[in-house]
Amino acid sequence: MSKIGLVIGREYFTRVKKKSFLIMTILVPFLMVAFYAAIIWISMKGGTDSQKIAIIDEAGIIKNEIPTDTAKQAIQFKLIAGESEQSFIPKYKTQGYSAFLYIPKQNIDSASAFKLHSASSTSLSTTSRVENLVEEALQNRRLELKGIDPATYKSVRANVNVENTIDTKDGEKKSHSGIALIISIVCGTLIYMMMIIYGAQVMRGVSEEKTNRVAEVIVSSVKPFELMMGKILGIGAVGLTQFLIWMVLILLGQMAIPMLFPDLLKSATDAAATVPQGAAGMMQTVTEGIASLPITKIILSFMFYFLGGYLTYASLFAAVGSVVSDDQQEAQQMMFPILMPIIIGFVIMTQAVNEPNSTLAVFGSIFPLTSPVVMMGRITYEIPTWQLIVSMLSLIACFLLFTWITAKIYRVGILMYGKKPTWREMLKWGFRKG
Amino acid sequence: MALLEINNLTKQFATQLAVNDVSFSIEKGSIFGLLGPNGAGKTTLIRMITGIFYPDSGGINFEGKKFDTMKDSERIGYMPEERGLYKKMKIGEQAVYLCRLKGMSSSDATKKVKEWFVKLNMQSWWDKKVEDLSKGMSQKLQFVTTVAHEPSLIILDEPFSGLDPVNANLIKEEIYALAKKGSTIIFSTHRMEQVEEICDHIILMNKGAKILDGTIAEVKNHYKENIYKIGATVYPEHLMTHIFNVTSHNTNELCVKLDHDTTPNDVLQYFINQKVAINSFTEVMPSLNEIFIKLVEGTSTAREFTNN
Repeated sequence: MSKIGLVIGREYFTRVKKKSFLIMTILVPFLMVAFYAAIIWISMKGGTDSQKIAIIDEAGIIKNEIPTDTAKQAIQFKLIAGESEQSFIPKYKTQGYSAFLYIPKQNIDSASAFKLHSASSTSLSTTSRVENLVEEALQNRRLELKGIDPATYKSVRANVNVENTIDTKDGEKKSHSGIALIISIVCGTLIYMMMIIYGAQVMRGVSEEKTNRVAEVIVSSVKPFELMMGKILGIGAVGLTQFLIWMVLILLGQMAIPMLFPDLLKSATDAAATVPQGAAGMMQTVTEGIASLPITKIILSFMFYFLGGYLTYASLFAAVGSVVSDDQQEAQQMMFPILMPIIIGFVIMTQAVNEPNSTLAVFGSIFPLTSPVVMMGRITYEIPTWQLIVSMLSLIACFLLFTWITAKIYRVGILMYGKKPTWREMLKWGFRKG
Repeated sequence: MALLEINNLTKQFATQLAVNDVSFSIEKGSIFGLLGPNGAGKTTLIRMITGIFYPDSGGINFEGKKFDTMKDSERIGYMPEERGLYKKMKIGEQAVYLCRLKGMSSSDATKKVKEWFVKLNMQSWWDKKVEDLSKGMSQKLQFVTTVAHEPSLIILDEPFSGLDPVNANLIKEEIYALAKKGSTIIFSTHRMEQVEEICDHIILMNKGAKILDGTIAEVKNHYKENIYKIGATVYPEHLMTHIFNVTSHNTNELCVKLDHDTTPNDVLQYFINQKVAINSFTEVMPSLNEIFIKLVEGTSTAREFTNN
């Protein structure tokens, strides 16, 4: 059986030695790091585009709500007296205002007419700041009308955070559904992408062997099944290799960023010192959140479902590859029925991360065609052990069944030229004896 | 000793009977011609011999024992009509890989492939890719990958197509050399002049069945039509005889077809009696091409679909 090893080796090394593999593998995490760096840079630097907005307040709503320390604000508001809406329209731009807010005379209890004039449409954040200002001012005026001191109102206002505690065998555990959600989605999406990307590679590899006619030479030396499995396993190994390289690079990158940009870390700690609920609090939540998750279980399940899902679908992709010829369009068409359950699995997964114990999520995580993706959506939550076992066993069973059937389709398809077989013919080959 | 014995081999596909009860045997060290029109079932037969297909019924004996796909496929080298190599793979690496699939160790395979590359002037190709080669060049490479693992049975399907006369001759010499060293060669082609030149023994297949089997001399002898070519200046209209018919003639040559119980001596006697000066007298043997066309013509060349 060393021949299947030879096939695996060829599939693996021809791909890994390619320049495009190296470029993709190095570039992707580099882009990811650059992406994060750009986000951090923008968020630190952002908001420097200050603008001035004038306010013509005929209703007398705005009093002392305009911030006084104008230098720190991205938007500077200024109350204008002695102008009407119509008289100010031609003037505001020449006076250096990007927009002006017109509040017509109206009853404070039912005030609703506010108009923001600008040369071009204002950004969402500008609009929301203007709205915040007006809302605060209007609320204060109404409180005064009712005889309530706005300061008193502020002091009695309540702000509540509910903490979810999960009761497990090991005692209480803090839940951090936000972190759990993100990890679930990332794992599910990764498996979804890997299945499609590497599945399509298997398909392309098989149909290349067929159209190159090299298949006939190879199957006179090895069994068609060995050739098919060798290709599937070889490409799977490429996937795992790429994955490991990414993990290492991401870890290195995370260590390298603080060294390359020491300022970044410093300003972050500065921010943490002045605003205890800010970045530092966030970091703590993240660390606590990750610590609260069953990391080992997640990693092991991820590996299992990646391999299980990839192997199950790869055999289907191989069967499709063995019956299509050069025609890319034909290949796309044949691929569609295989992609369907993967995509459905992805859709169920996006639901399952929110409702991990809904009937749909439970079904989707046990049904072997969707389970690799959907189970990842549930994995950060407590899953009954029987569900996990049933799901894994049915995935293994499905893999064995598919490989058994597709190997027979493959064996016929790879040496067939000319007319593309129909699905019915393919199934007939698949279920034929011997 | 027969290297390969084929006994009543039959293979049925969904819509056609591809190979129908075919039997023959091939002597060790011989060059065997497998002939037949397109769609005669040659490729299916070869695929059964190489272990790619399993026969529905009948058996194959290889080197005196029952054919064992796993073990014996390593002893066979097969060059299909539709050549195929990995386009993006380096040539040396590819040749070594294909040899290793036939069970050779990495170092043996490298050594053998290098020897062949030197022999066929291909040393500079080692690090090139197949996509850089011309059709004829990749043909040569395909030949090397077929024979480098020293198989005892070599199956060549149209080995000379796409080769220029110089390279075709080179390959032909190698085929003779391999046969001399004890390899057995099955040579499948439509090119009858090559068969006459190279093969010892042939079979002809048509519509899945074997319709001819024998050495080239036997076959020709069987299909000869008692035609003799006579070198003499004579006008056929002056020949009034019932012992032969003139089939063609020109000023100093004529061909005659002898009647059933006429011997060449009778003909000579006749001419001598007529006082005609004879310069030469030879039997005209049919060419394989003529036999092929005669046997296959009239039958539809494509396999018929029995149902669909």
